Amino acid sequence: MRLPPGKIFAVLLVCISLTFVGLVVSRQWWMPPPAASHAPALDRLILWALIDVGVAFVLAHLLLALLLWKFHARSTQTHLTGAARIAVIVSVLFISLELFSAATLGRSAWGSMFSESSGSHVVKAQVMGQQFAYYFRYPGADGKFGPIHVDKIDASVGNYFGLDRKNDATSKDDVVSAMLILPVNQPIELVLSSQDVIHSFYVRELRVQQDMVPGMQIAMRFTATKIGKYEIACTQLCGLGHYRMRAYLEVVSDPDFQKWMQVHEH
Amino acid sequence: MSSQIQLRSVVEPTGFLRKYIFSTNHKVVGLQYFSLSLFAVVTGMALSWLMRIHVAWSGARILGLEHMSATGAPGGVMTPEYYLSLMTLHGTIMIFFVLTLAPQNAFGNYFLPLQIGAEETAFPFVNMLSFWTTLAAFLVLLATLFVKDGPPISGWTAYPPMSAVGKDAGPGLGTGQNLWILSIGIFCIASIASSVNFMVTFIDMRSKGMWLLRLPLTCWAWFITAILSLLSFAVLLAAVVLLFLDRTAGTSFFLPANLLVSGKIEPHSGGSPLLWQHLFWFFGHPEVYITILPGFGIVSHVLACFSRKPILGYRLILGCMLAIGFLSFVVWGHHMFVSGMSPFSGFLFSIPTIIISLPATITTLLWLSTLWGGKLQFNTAMMFCLGFISTFVAGGLGGILLAHPAVDSYLHATYFVVGHLHMVMGVSAIFAIFAAIYFWYPKMFGRMLSERLGLIHFGLTFLGVYCIFMPMHLLGFSGNPRRYAMLSDDFLLPLIPLHKFITVAALITGAVQLIFLFNLFWSMYKGRPASENPWNATSLEWSTSSPPPNRNFVEQPIVNHGAYEYGQTGLVRDFVMQSDPENLKVTE
Repeated sequence: MRLPPGKIFAVLLVCISLTFVGLVVSRQWWMPPPAASHAPALDRLILWALIDVGVAFVLAHLLLALLLWKFHARSTQTHLTGAARIAVIVSVLFISLELFSAATLGRSAWGSMFSESSGSHVVKAQVMGQQFAYYFRYPGADGKFGPIHVDKIDASVGNYFGLDRKNDATSKDDVVSAMLILPVNQPIELVLSSQDVIHSFYVRELRVQQDMVPGMQIAMRFTATKIGKYEIACTQLCGLGHYRMRAYLEVVSDPDFQKWMQVHEH
Repeated sequence: MSSQIQLRSVVEPTGFLRKYIFSTNHKVVGLQYFSLSLFAVVTGMALSWLMRIHVAWSGARILGLEHMSATGAPGGVMTPEYYLSLMTLHGTIMIFFVLTLAPQNAFGNYFLPLQIGAEETAFPFVNMLSFWTTLAAFLVLLATLFVKDGPPISGWTAYPPMSAVGKDAGPGLGTGQNLWILSIGIFCIASIASSVNFMVTFIDMRSKGMWLLRLPLTCWAWFITAILSLLSFAVLLAAVVLLFLDRTAGTSFFLPANLLVSGKIEPHSGGSPLLWQHLFWFFGHPEVYITILPGFGIVSHVLACFSRKPILGYRLILGCMLAIGFLSFVVWGHHMFVSGMSPFSGFLFSIPTIIISLPATITTLLWLSTLWGGKLQFNTAMMFCLGFISTFVAGGLGGILLAHPAVDSYLHATYFVVGHLHMVMGVSAIFAIFAAIYFWYPKMFGRMLSERLGLIHFGLTFLGVYCIFMPMHLLGFSGNPRRYAMLSDDFLLPLIPLHKFITVAALITGAVQLIFLFNLFWSMYKGRPASENPWNATSLEWSTSSPPPNRNFVEQPIVNHGAYEYGQTGLVRDFVMQSDPENLKVTE
């Protein structure tokens, strides 16, 4: 008995598409729980976009499978009248749905990642990338970051930012750290830059990712909503140590943050 | 306009060199491009196996690898930098030397003149030169494997400052990067020359009666792709020249001030790393449509033939291909959502990025409508077209997800993107190439490929690619960054079993391609002899012998029909060929 390739393939298509959708829905490989204030809106957008494309994926495969099951070389030929019009209408509806979600959910999710906090108290920190480590700096009591002197950068003495604490007044109280500590439920502004090549700052739980570009100071604003320890991973190819470039972000309570700052301030 | 000005000599070339090596015959040039991309794809695949083994089993000793590079793989264990070198080569070889060449330069060169009823392309000598220039580019790229520090580690995207400051930033970024730039520059020149040839051939050399709307969709696809090629490769050429100047002439197009690389302060200032990204992706996005548009043409063409129905919505599909071609130039910023570019620009780019899926969706639905009610013939060429539809839908939908900047802020540079790009380029575009091979093999070699081996090849490959690339989307949701030589982060360790699954699937799928290679070469000598038109197809290449004679047609074909007159009733056969007389009688 000759196995009908069309029918076998139709079954394969249904199995594959349902299996894959099932794996996604099972959330066995999924995003970690959100830990930032803009994250629920972002997760909602991802969910809606996934439903949209997931339904399209399954429907397209079911339709293709149906066609391959139903029609073969000995079928009576039929013509689909108005098929072109239906194709255009269905496509326009699908893409309009995507455009609508982009203009509504998408725009607010994206915008919320850049909006400045209306409150006066924003916790600021600077993030500097270097092959293959992150360094962090807080402005200290004066609220100002001291100037960076490239010729003074010396990792061996811990002067990662090239500060001249003797001569620059604003540098005296800067707090430099290899670990990023931030208070929970407070608006944060991180200013990202890099000393050598392009790096990136990625924290999955906070749903933040931003390239760190030499020559640019890029602001990243968010509010962390869960106390915890999170991994910061580099996601922009930066050389042979790219895979191991990481740091840790600790989100702590406000009192703990103040205590930490007091201990580390000069 | 279809003027046929025969100014070239019709003296046939004699001598082995002029006939088979430095031939100006478009069919020979097409086969030469095909051979080059076949060698390239095997090389690129082998590189991917090495990469996948290393990711899943880091620290594994790969037998013999130390002979490929003593510094890159001491004792057969790959270093992280060598992983990145192989990754750079893998991407560069696959995108440029396989996906840009095979659908366009291999099949386009062979079949565009045939399908339009011409004897030759417009500029056969330039055509010949463009192949040999492309081959030179490939050899320069391969040479990076043999220089002291190996190939560059900056990826096929070669972002500065890393790619611009030389070997202070890492191994392979000295001579290796210079050779990479040279290879790409040479490739650009060849590509630009070839696209001009295609455009002029399409416009000027159509046979009598071959009106624009009678052309097979393959011809339109090759034409639109040639326009995209011309415009985008020109920009890439400029970009790599600027990069080369930054590296060697002390300029600062892409390098800002105060760069401290490996303890050394670089003497550049005033440049912007983002400028490279804009230039590169202005090329890079049309480039991916260059790899897929010929596939759209091939799938439309083959689907109609094996559904025994005209392609539904010829003009609509044509309009969609033109729209995709145009829109491909205004979406490049979606590669730069988190690059530091203004978020407002990011939002603006996301709109045409979503809109470009409209013509793609319409085309897919029109293919499905063509299948509806057809007398479907499930041979291998048809199966690869159906596989194309499935994998293009899968890959394309992943792209729609990435089109939202906020979503991309989570999924950017994760394995989700790797899964997406491979589904559309590494699978769909390759499936279109396979469909083209199985469809046109009888015409090129005068013999039939084994259908049994073909169907086995298809089935196992289809299953295999889903097992390799769909799980990558799951890795992406877990936040697994890409381009990691090893998985050592806390949150990555639980993902290693899935990586192992992917690697095993990749190795098996790779082994399955041996069935195809065997079929390809064995059938050249032992395949069933092919008739002039074994598929009962309508386009002009099927009205001449298999393989065609030197000047393609015994007599210049006069075209009286469109390209998709299948499903005809009232005739002895169910199709009308393009060169059939105008009023075909029942008794014909």
